[in-house]
Amino acid sequence: MDETLKQLGEHVAGAWPDDVLGTRMSHGELTLDARVAGISELLRFLRDDAACAFEVLIDICGVDYPERPQRFEVVYHLLSVSRNQRIRVKVATDEATPVPSITGLYPAAGWFERECWDMYGVMFAGHPDLRRILTDYGFEGHPLRKDFPLSGYVEVRYDEEEKRVVYEPVTLTQEFRRFDFMSPWEGAEYVLPGDEKAKGNA
Amino acid sequence: MAEVKISNYTMNFGPQHPAAHGVLRLVMELDGELIERCDPHIGLLHRGTEKLIEYKTYLQAVPYFDRLDYVSPMSQEHAFCLATERLLGLEVPPRASYIRVLFSEITRILNHLLNVTAQAMDVGAITPLLWGFEERELLMEFYERVSGARLHAAYFRPGGVHQDMPAGMAEDIHAYCGRFPRFLDDLETLLTDNRIFRQRNVDIGVVTREEAFAWGFSGVMVRGSGIAWDLRKSQPYEVYDQLDFDIPLGKNGDCFDRYLCRVEEMRQSVRLIEQCLEKMPGGPVSSTDRKIVPPSRGEMKSTMEALIHHFKLFTEGYHVPAGEVYAAIEAPKGEFGVYLVADGTNKPYRCKIRAPGFAHLQGLDFMTKGHMLADSVAIIGSQDIVFGEVDR
Repeated sequence: MDETLKQLGEHVAGAWPDDVLGTRMSHGELTLDARVAGISELLRFLRDDAACAFEVLIDICGVDYPERPQRFEVVYHLLSVSRNQRIRVKVATDEATPVPSITGLYPAAGWFERECWDMYGVMFAGHPDLRRILTDYGFEGHPLRKDFPLSGYVEVRYDEEEKRVVYEPVTLTQEFRRFDFMSPWEGAEYVLPGDEKAKGNA
Repeated sequence: MAEVKISNYTMNFGPQHPAAHGVLRLVMELDGELIERCDPHIGLLHRGTEKLIEYKTYLQAVPYFDRLDYVSPMSQEHAFCLATERLLGLEVPPRASYIRVLFSEITRILNHLLNVTAQAMDVGAITPLLWGFEERELLMEFYERVSGARLHAAYFRPGGVHQDMPAGMAEDIHAYCGRFPRFLDDLETLLTDNRIFRQRNVDIGVVTREEAFAWGFSGVMVRGSGIAWDLRKSQPYEVYDQLDFDIPLGKNGDCFDRYLCRVEEMRQSVRLIEQCLEKMPGGPVSSTDRKIVPPSRGEMKSTMEALIHHFKLFTEGYHVPAGEVYAAIEAPKGEFGVYLVADGTNKPYRCKIRAPGFAHLQGLDFMTKGHMLADSVAIIGSQDIVFGEVDR
C-alpha cells in the first residue's frame, strides 16, 4: 500500500513539476504540497488521470499557523473509490491571496469552501456563493483562527424589555481559567510565578 | 383570458419543524408546489467543537465526539481514537478491537432504527417510531451497562475501551440478537409493502452514481445508488477483515432503496455482533502502556507509580508526537473522518471533523429540485441528517 502511494506521489510530481512543491509519506498517508495558483489544474489531473482517479472530494479544511508568513494551509482530502486510495493536497495562503475555487470540478467543494472562509477567512476566487455557513447571521471575525479567543467577543440573550434577542460583549463572571499542566522542569514558555522577582533584583 | 405571469414563491421551512430533524432552516423557492431551489441555512447548532478541542487534552476531547451525531455516539469516538492511536503508534489489544466492533454495530442498529422509523414518521406513519424507540431503549441499556451512560458514553478511549464488559452482558446481547431479527420482520410488515410508504419514497430523491461521487456522498447514500463502497470492507479497521458480513446495495438510488439498505444493514449488524461475541478473546481491554492509558483504580491505590501515572494523565494528559493523520470510519451515516494535526503538545493543534451529513445536506438542493414540497421531507429523512454533526 505504502509503495503504491509513493509511486503515485512520484507520478503526480513528475507530471506537474512546477505545481507540486513536495511529496511526503507519513503514517501510511500521502501528502502533496502544491502551489496555490495551480491547485485547480492539479486537482483536475488528480480526478481525471487514470492512475489517480480521485473522484470523491472528502473534505476541504483550513489550518492556521499565525507564525508563518503564509499563515493558512488549505488541506484537500481526496478519495478514489475505484483505486481504493487516498491523498492529501495542501496549499499555503494568507488573508489576502485567494485560492482558486474548485466548485467547477467537485460540486461538493461549495460548502467546504464556505466553511473554510467562515472559519478562517480564506478567500476562494470564483466561488459562486461565498457566504458564511456555520456562524450566526451578521457574525464578524473568523472563529477558528488561533488569535480568536475561545469565548468569542459577543454573547446573545433574549431581552424581556426589548422583546428581542440582544447582542452584548462577553462578560465572564469568573476569569477564564486555562490550566497549564506543562511540567515546569521541561521548560515552561512563560515566566513562572516568583521568577520575575529574581530578575528585578539582580 | 390574458396570460398571467405567476412569480415564484419563496418559503421559509424551519428552523423549528418536526420533519427538519433538528434545527434545519430551508429557504425554498417554489413554483406552485414544485421546488425550484432549496437553500439550507445551517449552523444553528454550531457549538465550535473543533475550537473547543484545540483547548482540551486528547482524552478530554473524546466526549465532544458523542455530542456530534448524538444518535450514534460511539462510532465517532472511534474515529478520533483511531486518529490518536495512529499518531501515537499505539496498538489496541484484540479484545478491545472486538468490543469496539461490537459496540460500533450496536450503534449502527441504534442509528438505523431511529432513522428508518423517523423517515416513516416524516411520510405519515407514527407507529414504527414508537416501536423503534422501545428497541432503542433496550440497546441503550447495553450502552449504560458498559459505560454508565445511555447516550454520551465516552467509552472508546485512545488505547482501547474504558472498561471491560460486565459479567453476563455477552449472554444478554446474544439473547437480544436472537430476538431482534423478529422485530425487524415486524417492522418491515409495517413499512416495506406499505402502499403509502412506497408511494412516498419510490423514485423520490434519485441519486445517480455520478452525482453521488460529485457531491462527496458516502455510506448508505452511495450504496443506495448501487456503488459497492464500505470502508469496513475496502479499508478495514479493527477486526472487520476477520468477520463475515455482506454489504447491501440499492438499485435505483431513491429514498426507498436507501430505506431497504438500512434495514438490511441492521440484519448484517446482528450477524457481526454475534460473530464478535463468539470470537472475542480474553485479555486486557486497553493498551497497557501506562504513559497513555491510566491504571485501574485498584492499582492506583496500592502503588505509587500508578498514582503518579493517574495524576499526570488526568491533569497534563499525554503528549502526542507532531504529525498529521486522517482516520475515517464507516459511521452509520457515512464516512466520518477526523483530520488530526498534532504539534507535540498535550492538546490537538487542529482537529477537523468530516461529517457525512454535511456533504449529504449540501446535496439537498439537487435532490429536491423538481420534487413536490412534501417530498423534501422524505428526502431529508432518507439522507439521515442529524444536526449535531452537520453544524459541529
